[in-house]
Amino acid sequence: MSIKNRFVFSLIVSLPLVIEMFTAPLGLMLPGGVWTMFLLTTAVMAISAGPFIQSAWAAFRHHHANMDTLVAIGTSTAYLYSLYAMLTGKAVFFESAAFVVTFILLGQYFEEKMKHSASGAVSKLVDLQAKDAEVLRNGELVKVPLAEVVVGDIIRVRPGQKIAVDGVITEGTSTIDESMVTGESMPVAKKAGDHVIGATMNSNGTFLFKASKVGNDTLLSQIVDMVKKAQTSHAPIQKTVDKVADIFVPAVLMTAIATFTIWYVFLDASLVSALLFAVSVVIIACPCALGIATPTALMVGTGRSAKMGILIKNGEVLEAANHVKTVVFDKTGTITEGHPQVTDIVGDEAIVLQLAANLESASEHPLATAILAKAKAQNLTITAAENFQAIEGKGVQATVDGQPAFIGNDKLVTDYQLDADLRAQMTRLQNEAKTVVLIGLADRIIGLIAIQDTPKASSAAAIAALKSHGLRTVMLTGDNDRVAAAIAEEVGIDTVIADVLPGDKANHVKALQAEGPVAFVGDGINDAPALTTADVGIAMGSGTDIAIESGGIILVKNDLMDVVRALELSQKTFSRIKLNLFWAFIYNTLGIPVAAGLFVAFGLSLSPELAGLGMALSSLSVVASSLLLNKSKLTSTPATQMA
Amino acid sequence: MTKLIILGFALFLIGFIAWWFFGNHDTAAVDAAVTETSQDVGVEVSGGYSPSTVVLKQGLPATLTFNRKDSSSCLEQVVFPDFGINEFLPQNKAYAIPIDTSKPGEYEYACGMNMFHGKVIIK
Repeated sequence: MSIKNRFVFSLIVSLPLVIEMFTAPLGLMLPGGVWTMFLLTTAVMAISAGPFIQSAWAAFRHHHANMDTLVAIGTSTAYLYSLYAMLTGKAVFFESAAFVVTFILLGQYFEEKMKHSASGAVSKLVDLQAKDAEVLRNGELVKVPLAEVVVGDIIRVRPGQKIAVDGVITEGTSTIDESMVTGESMPVAKKAGDHVIGATMNSNGTFLFKASKVGNDTLLSQIVDMVKKAQTSHAPIQKTVDKVADIFVPAVLMTAIATFTIWYVFLDASLVSALLFAVSVVIIACPCALGIATPTALMVGTGRSAKMGILIKNGEVLEAANHVKTVVFDKTGTITEGHPQVTDIVGDEAIVLQLAANLESASEHPLATAILAKAKAQNLTITAAENFQAIEGKGVQATVDGQPAFIGNDKLVTDYQLDADLRAQMTRLQNEAKTVVLIGLADRIIGLIAIQDTPKASSAAAIAALKSHGLRTVMLTGDNDRVAAAIAEEVGIDTVIADVLPGDKANHVKALQAEGPVAFVGDGINDAPALTTADVGIAMGSGTDIAIESGGIILVKNDLMDVVRALELSQKTFSRIKLNLFWAFIYNTLGIPVAAGLFVAFGLSLSPELAGLGMALSSLSVVASSLLLNKSKLTSTPATQMA
Repeated sequence: MTKLIILGFALFLIGFIAWWFFGNHDTAAVDAAVTETSQDVGVEVSGGYSPSTVVLKQGLPATLTFNRKDSSSCLEQVVFPDFGINEFLPQNKAYAIPIDTSKPGEYEYACGMNMFHGKVIIK
């Protein structure tokens, strides 16, 4: 019989007992008197409380004791004593046993419902998966189940369809709603060569893509796996609780026996009241609330953050994030976009850019990429220069349209003439921490191009938000002081550590740890040592490739605001765990002495029924409090929710 | 006189509880039934996990087949923190949970409230 049916049964059967409780003072008794009460309670004990007793007995044989042990012993004691009292003509308290069983089943029924909804985040994620895909097989598009899609398959996605697996677009363009996986609320425009993520929704275009990751390798599968692990992990704070829970039930049984003995033997209380005190102790002490305080909060907290594209690896990380004092950022790719862009062109813009593009057309240098991107954006036709010759450590020269031309860094000034105006411009740009490229035709420098890795749009706001939370912000970079300082000033970073060799990042993190726990934010590719050294490693994913191993928190989106959200959610979840534990502990530590009759002198005591109700309420309030985490407000921007 | 007897009995009960629950009661580990391609262990869930410790061979696909006889809401969930497994066990039905045996070690598992414990040893 399900918990629900057991509850309904005991509720209906106990109703006459409730009525009698109110009418008895008026002289109205149930027909049949004690015998009716006996029969009703026997039915409750046999049908609704039976499983408690079975489970308690099974546990007992294994040298275990659990909450069922307490419920079974408490209610059986009340029942058996009442039976004895009935036969010897004394006052009975059958109704206590029946009411306690009803209340506890009520509590368990709600608890069961809420536990399922707390662990629902993962199944919601799994449900996002597409069921089938249109795959190109033998030159024809056929619909195949998701499980049959293999790496290298060409898959067609039509408007409104779900993308089946991770891959790269080969043909066509579209806008794609990725909010369900990355939490990014704006649809993203995609074209050939762009990555698509499985389980995201295609909106308006039709396109073909080549599957690159299927099955358990897809981003969604990895997220599901991680969320599952996080939800079942244990926060360090729980270890103490577990230790207490292990010895709790037997200890409570001993306390109850001691309570009875002290009242009956030493304080000369009647057998009935001594027994009632003991039964109340057994019923109130159930450690359910303690047991579920941490897991439910952890489950709701990590589930909610996953919906926002923030993956918190486990309870340990969550607890550590709560103590962070300093947030250290990697510069390139984290605070900045990670790919340099042309910011200024000095001289005749069209000519300078055309010449530069022709000279750099074959180069793969990041600066060349920036120049070519700019030329492409302006629809320039690029004709590759000829007769390339390197100018050692300075740049290159080549022939463009029969004329000698060159491009290179500021060291070229020694070889060529730079007029006063251009020289002034160059100094200005360099002071803005831009990298300046000189372009020349024949023997003359004709223009300058300034290139800079610009900060992400969200960087300044994110850093301001972190500061308002009282955190110190630090930027680590391999760039020189001037570039670093300019970026730091633009986004509002507190401290800059420049000229850091890639291998030294972890050492700098270690040094900063002397002043308090450190969170390190990096893009997860070359930052792995720093990410693991830091108390909390926050790896920023670029959407499709997540460096899952390196970070404690993984951000699916490339948005720095998520650092703020991640820390805030961790704090919220952790303080909810503490709050839950506090109430559960208070409830048990205060409840037991009250139930044992320590405060009877002040008129404060607990009947077994009230203890049963209290126990049900305590578990319920803890689960409800955890579920409320889903609704708690974040100060950092409105959260995007999964549809 | 009655009170003295009750006092004596109460002390005896307390002593018995301490011995029964806190004393050292060993349980034996059970090896999995191994075939060429897989291994499986049945675990009965009734007032705890029996056997509470199972030994699996590394590298061979494995399942633990739980059969929950107990109606306790504690035991309806089984959690393997190391594998990210968190499953609800149906009552009176065999329910197989695949275990990743690629890494050797000792892995604890527990009920939803972390009050009953079991262990999987992979070697």
